Amino acid sequence: MSVWIAIGVTALGCYLVKLLGLSVPAGVLERPVLKRLTALLPVALLAALTAQQTFADQTALVLDARAAGLAAAAFALALRAPFLVVVAAAVLVTAGVRAVG
Amino acid sequence: MRDALGVGIAVGLSGFAFGVTASGAGISLAQTCALSLFVFTGASQFALVGALAAGSGPLTAAAGAFFLGTRNTLYGLRLSGLLGLRPGARAAAAHWVIDETSAVALAQRGRHAVRFGFTVTGATLFVLWNLTTFLGALGAEALGDTAAWGLDAAPPAAFLALLAPMLRTGVERTTAGLAAVLGLALLPVLPAGVPVLVAALAAPAVLVVHGGKARRAADVLTRRKQERKQQQEQQQQQQQEQQQQQKQEQQERTESGSEEESR
Repeated sequence: MSVWIAIGVTALGCYLVKLLGLSVPAGVLERPVLKRLTALLPVALLAALTAQQTFADQTALVLDARAAGLAAAAFALALRAPFLVVVAAAVLVTAGVRAVG
Repeated sequence: MRDALGVGIAVGLSGFAFGVTASGAGISLAQTCALSLFVFTGASQFALVGALAAGSGPLTAAAGAFFLGTRNTLYGLRLSGLLGLRPGARAAAAHWVIDETSAVALAQRGRHAVRFGFTVTGATLFVLWNLTTFLGALGAEALGDTAAWGLDAAPPAAFLALLAPMLRTGVERTTAGLAAVLGLALLPVLPAGVPVLVAALAAPAVLVVHGGKARRAADVLTRRKQERKQQQEQQQQQQQEQQQQQKQEQQERTESGSEEESR
């Protein structure tokens, strides 16, 4: 049930912020500070999420095969590989390290 | 047109990764499909599923996903004038205001092309994203233990792929570094899902510090300019004085010369 609540709240919230952008009269939210903050928020969130989902096991910090997978993803990104290739590289390397270890 | 289809197909395919991830996080098939249908913004969906898997409460998990979705407001602001929609159409179009539709639509010239690019990308993405989410979730259920297949590495890799193109200047890199450290350091201390929200504060923090720096740099610049101006003015004055002296000397010389001549 709590998963459905999370889905409902997220769906509503994400729709409203999309609609807000289309509906607000031009110029109201065009302040430079607000613009820079909205552009920078995803950077902070994505960085924190990437770090957590690589090095966290529940509430403990661990170093396991996922770190190797993420390194592979970073390497693929440096080579300008498309999204799917980046994710696939991470999955394959993680599975490979687990199979060997 | 080829732009729109290309982007639509490339990103629609990553829905498969989401389906697999959500299933690995213990989200049911119906819930996974509901997310892609009704949230329809990839990063927020991945974030929500990851937070729930880590045991965070529904509202904390939703807050992280919500903040990730706020960037779509920016896209809407830029699109609204170009699309020029009536309120009814606006409410329908809003659901499709995401990274990719905005990127395609904003690259078009003229209202007709903008609307066309937005609609084709939106429709292609929506159909493919939901279809591949369904297939991914179904496939993952058949796979069984997703960790053995390395599928738990898919979400961080997806986040990193979304993050990488955003790291254009030092401001973004500092923010990312600070947020990653905060996210990890606070993990053992705060309840699940909360560390990410605290890490998000890296954005305003870096902006404030950088804003102060930028202002100070600007101050230094203006001060240097003023100093240079003063120096130039002094030099000009000196030059003028020298010129005047030379003139006076010349005058004196010619005067004495004429005096000599008159003698």
